[in-house]
Amino acid sequence: MIPAKFEYKKATSVSEAIALLDEYGMDAKVLAGGQSLLPAMKLRLNRPGVLIDIGGINGMNEITEEGENLVIGANCTHAEIAGSELVAEHVAILAQAAATIGDLQVRNLGTIGGSLAHADPSADYPAVVLACDAVISVQGKKGSRTIAATDFFLGIFNTALEEDELITAISFPKVDKGTYQKFYQSASRFAVAGVAVVWSGDHVKVGITGVADTPYRANAVEEAYDGTGKAASKAVDGVEVMSDHFADAEYRAHLARHMVRKALEG
Amino acid sequence: MKVSVTINGKPHTHDLEPRMSLVHFLRDILNLTGTHIGCDTSGCGSCTVLLNGRAIKSCTILAIQTDGKEITTIEGLAPNGRLHAIQEAFRENHGLQCGFCTPGMVMTAADILKTNPTPSEQEIREGLKGNFCRCTGYHNIVKSIQQAAVTLNQ
Amino acid sequence: MGKYIGKSIKRREDIRFLKGTGRYTDDIKLPNMTHSAFVRSPYAHAKIQNVSTAAARKADGVVAVFTAEDGCGEYGVPCGWQVNFKNGDTMREPVHPLLAKGKVNYLGEAVAVVIAETLAKARDAAELVDVDYEELPAVTNPRDAMNEGAPLVHDQWADNAAFDWCIGNDRIAVEEALEAAHHVTELKCRNQRLAPNALETRSYIADYDVNNDKYTLYSSTQNPHLIRLLLCAFVLGIPEHKVRVISHDVGGGFGSKMFHYTEEALLTWVSKEIGRPVKWTADRSEAFLTDAHGRDHVIHAKMGFDKDGKILALLSDEYCAMGAYLSTLAPAIPTYLHGTLFQGVYTTPLIHLNVIAPFTHTVPVDAYRGAGRPEATYLLERLISKGAQELQMDSAEIRFKNFIPPFDGVSQPGYQTQVALQYDSGNYEGTLTKALEILGYEDFKKEQDKARKNGKLLGMGISTYIEACGAAPSAVVGSLGARAGLYEVGHVRVQPTGKVNVYTGSHSHGQGHETVFAQFVADALGIPMEDVQIVHGDTEQVAFGMGTYGSRSLAVGGPAILKSVDKVLEKGARIAAHKLEAAVADLEYAEGKWTVKGTDKSVSFGDVSLTAYVPHDYPEGLEPGLDFSSFYDPVNFTYPFGTHIAVVEVCKDTGKVDLKRFIACDDVGNVINPMIVDGQIHGGVAQGVGQALLEEVVYDEAGQMINGSYMDYALPRADDLPFFETSNTVTPCPHNPLGVKGAGEAGAIGSTPAVVNAVVNALAHLGVTDIQMPLTPQRVWKAMQN
Repeated sequence: MIPAKFEYKKATSVSEAIALLDEYGMDAKVLAGGQSLLPAMKLRLNRPGVLIDIGGINGMNEITEEGENLVIGANCTHAEIAGSELVAEHVAILAQAAATIGDLQVRNLGTIGGSLAHADPSADYPAVVLACDAVISVQGKKGSRTIAATDFFLGIFNTALEEDELITAISFPKVDKGTYQKFYQSASRFAVAGVAVVWSGDHVKVGITGVADTPYRANAVEEAYDGTGKAASKAVDGVEVMSDHFADAEYRAHLARHMVRKALEG
Repeated sequence: MKVSVTINGKPHTHDLEPRMSLVHFLRDILNLTGTHIGCDTSGCGSCTVLLNGRAIKSCTILAIQTDGKEITTIEGLAPNGRLHAIQEAFRENHGLQCGFCTPGMVMTAADILKTNPTPSEQEIREGLKGNFCRCTGYHNIVKSIQQAAVTLNQ
Repeated sequence: MGKYIGKSIKRREDIRFLKGTGRYTDDIKLPNMTHSAFVRSPYAHAKIQNVSTAAARKADGVVAVFTAEDGCGEYGVPCGWQVNFKNGDTMREPVHPLLAKGKVNYLGEAVAVVIAETLAKARDAAELVDVDYEELPAVTNPRDAMNEGAPLVHDQWADNAAFDWCIGNDRIAVEEALEAAHHVTELKCRNQRLAPNALETRSYIADYDVNNDKYTLYSSTQNPHLIRLLLCAFVLGIPEHKVRVISHDVGGGFGSKMFHYTEEALLTWVSKEIGRPVKWTADRSEAFLTDAHGRDHVIHAKMGFDKDGKILALLSDEYCAMGAYLSTLAPAIPTYLHGTLFQGVYTTPLIHLNVIAPFTHTVPVDAYRGAGRPEATYLLERLISKGAQELQMDSAEIRFKNFIPPFDGVSQPGYQTQVALQYDSGNYEGTLTKALEILGYEDFKKEQDKARKNGKLLGMGISTYIEACGAAPSAVVGSLGARAGLYEVGHVRVQPTGKVNVYTGSHSHGQGHETVFAQFVADALGIPMEDVQIVHGDTEQVAFGMGTYGSRSLAVGGPAILKSVDKVLEKGARIAAHKLEAAVADLEYAEGKWTVKGTDKSVSFGDVSLTAYVPHDYPEGLEPGLDFSSFYDPVNFTYPFGTHIAVVEVCKDTGKVDLKRFIACDDVGNVINPMIVDGQIHGGVAQGVGQALLEEVVYDEAGQMINGSYMDYALPRADDLPFFETSNTVTPCPHNPLGVKGAGEAGAIGSTPAVVNAVVNALAHLGVTDIQMPLTPQRVWKAMQN
């Protein structure tokens, strides 16, 4: 399988990448780790005219502690996140989720920025960034801005990123206690129901992926949380649950409730 | 586009179409046909090589992305035509049948054992999640990696 | 027992594979070679209104573009087995064109091929071929294909049946016995459609040599001679001496690389047209769409029991998909390789199977590891376990009650079944007894009770299987519709130095023939294994052959080689007698030398070999040389058998099945290399578990395959499986000189029902009696809810 022809541009800085995005517009795609984009291009389901490789940009794959936040560079790979001591110490739930992504080889190349920008409705990170109230730093031709995780995911493969914008980093408030629980699809190993729960005091924040066409915060669960797993029954309240041959809506909704219960009781 | 990479310790510079994946570069241009292609969707792991020492799927990276980097393929795992301890262990434990997935399995095993020199059975099985074998049922592959771990730790 | 037989000798082929220096077809690059890309139908069923190739022909790097209108339209690949209708009407046999003409009948059917200087350019140009389709309704389920008004796959016939067939006792007698039975267990299910998924996709290179008017086809096939035979005699009409088929290393087959595919024939034809070599290697996506699938039976079966659990009768009605065209062996799979195993290992006195084999708008269905026998075993083993559950009997006990008693086939005769076959030798209770011991059955029962009290769903399932392997007596298969003989060829060439080349018509694609065959040849000749080289996979090195499938290599290919070894030793003895000035009758052969009995006068195999090629002082009238070829046509099938036991835990919350233990006690007759037999069992079990829990090709209403990639089709991965607990008993095959029965398919045949029985057993107290395969978490969870 060979992708259709494209022009390759290697960006050496964020501003160069943005200038290229601005120049080529809709015809361009950003190449980060490439673990979702390249297979789609090989199948010719995706055929950008220009590929802007951001893999070589300096400073985008650092993990730094900034006060009460841990800032993860967008080019950090899943393996780097899963193996980072800083992440393990301050946002362990993120490392836990990163370790469940794909497989060893995919984790060595795939990046958090690439995954979030791709916005696969069954990806693992979205549940975690939602539950953590992470903030996504993006840069475009108009400058930098931040997007709250809860405002970021708009639909299947659809985010609040503008055409000329690039994710540069994701900032996670430190988490005392959290857990990511995933029930995976047996072929792709993507989440059929992936549930991230983060505790702050008596409250929980619950992010769910794989269940709806957009990852979401389970507000009804958060409101009903009483310290037990009971609130899990509200995991899909107000949500249109996806259906496919691996899990129809009934079963997927059940899994969502079950995984939320498991996480809450975890 | 010009790509300069070090493959199995030797520098290579080639002018390639940007769309050429690393695996096609290895197989079609450099005749390193030990790295195999078993799927289109980054699923099977037959094309696994080491990029700067870590296992990656060479079908899901463009050759130009590896510019300036170091690649090790199955042909370069052990010097001078010898067998690496992992390769020896696969032979000793009948960890291969048709041989098609084998180079990918061995290269993945190299990453598993590098990052975790004493893996449990479960850790080995999870480490192999990205590699399909249709012949062995994985039984003897897992045994092979267990034995290689022992050898490499001696 | 010799020096090598019975020992786990490490494989000599491993070195090249481990170093990455194996030679698979796609690894080969010929000078001036072109590449090809197919334009394939995006519809399961459509009229082709127009194919426009003008843009593609003009594209960069394109050498040629072919459609059915461009000279290859008359050719089609044949079916190799004819099964006529019960009423005597001839099997309906549509032409499977190399490129579709007028109509496409399955998703992925080739419409055009683009030949270009590089693969990338071929792909680019293939996108420029514009095909105008009119989509038509499709039918993919074999039961639905026989409905009144179902879309016709081939318009020339009134319905979709390719043939129908039955076997066993008179249907009315079977129905009456069921009517009178104390209890009747029913099974309605679909033995689902599977994609074979050899890790190496199919790959071919055709190379026409104009100077010699000769074709070379490099093919990832399991049987190069069979491909040559079909390609020459049935497709292109080229004489066989003008075609060489080479099959170097092949990355797994599992049946899917037995068949003669359209691409092989088309590329061979194209190579002459363009005067250059041409290569094609399937993408995995193409493999899902175009490799012949396996299984796909829609089944309604009944088993009648008396009050003690003794089986009285078995009846099954099945719709078995053929796909859009009849693949090489397709008609034999749900018939002669399926119905003939309905006796199983039980004394069932009355058996009847009725098969309707419809065309469907899908890729052809043909042999896949086990081929017909897993379907029979699944049905029998589910029925007997379900029967035990309904009769509240122990699932081991009911089997012991029904087993055919042990027989060795030598002092006791073979067992004549109700379904044509005569089993060679068997000790069915032996493997169950041993497997239960390994399980620790009594302890398991206690553990299960305890687990249930703790709310855990623990289950155990048994499968006691038998299979027919080592196909097969040519006269028998000929009378059943095979269009070829099923003997094997073994050629032994002793070199002047006493080193030996063995040329076998069997083909290794993972089975380790280069090692195993050398083991028994070295033992038979009493020489070091290093002195024996095995050659296979080239029609110009090996005189003839029928290839490897149906666990036949050692059982059929082995004796063929041994026949030639015998001829070598017979002639060698005459030379030795001459050298020793003794009578042949006074010589004995052992450890690589002939000795005059009762003396220390001897001559070595090497000396005799040299003398055969330097015949200065030589027996009068004897030809020089030590070089013999033999054909071996077996007198019967071989019948491996065994017991598989699965232990599972089902997650009550998600329905996910965790395979905790898998015990396999197999009897494959004598074992030449236990390490390799174990490996064969492991791989077969993994595939069988895959069928039970994970795998299924799913088509939607329109005939679109909704899971044709590894993102959606679940193959077993390392973390889906436990270590397997393998063991064996040995009941030698009485009718071949090695006493072997074959081990390639046992794992896939025995394991599937063991796993399903285990899951049903885990849920039995919830009233669950059956779940449709694959037992996905969703299906298991839903079964628990009802």
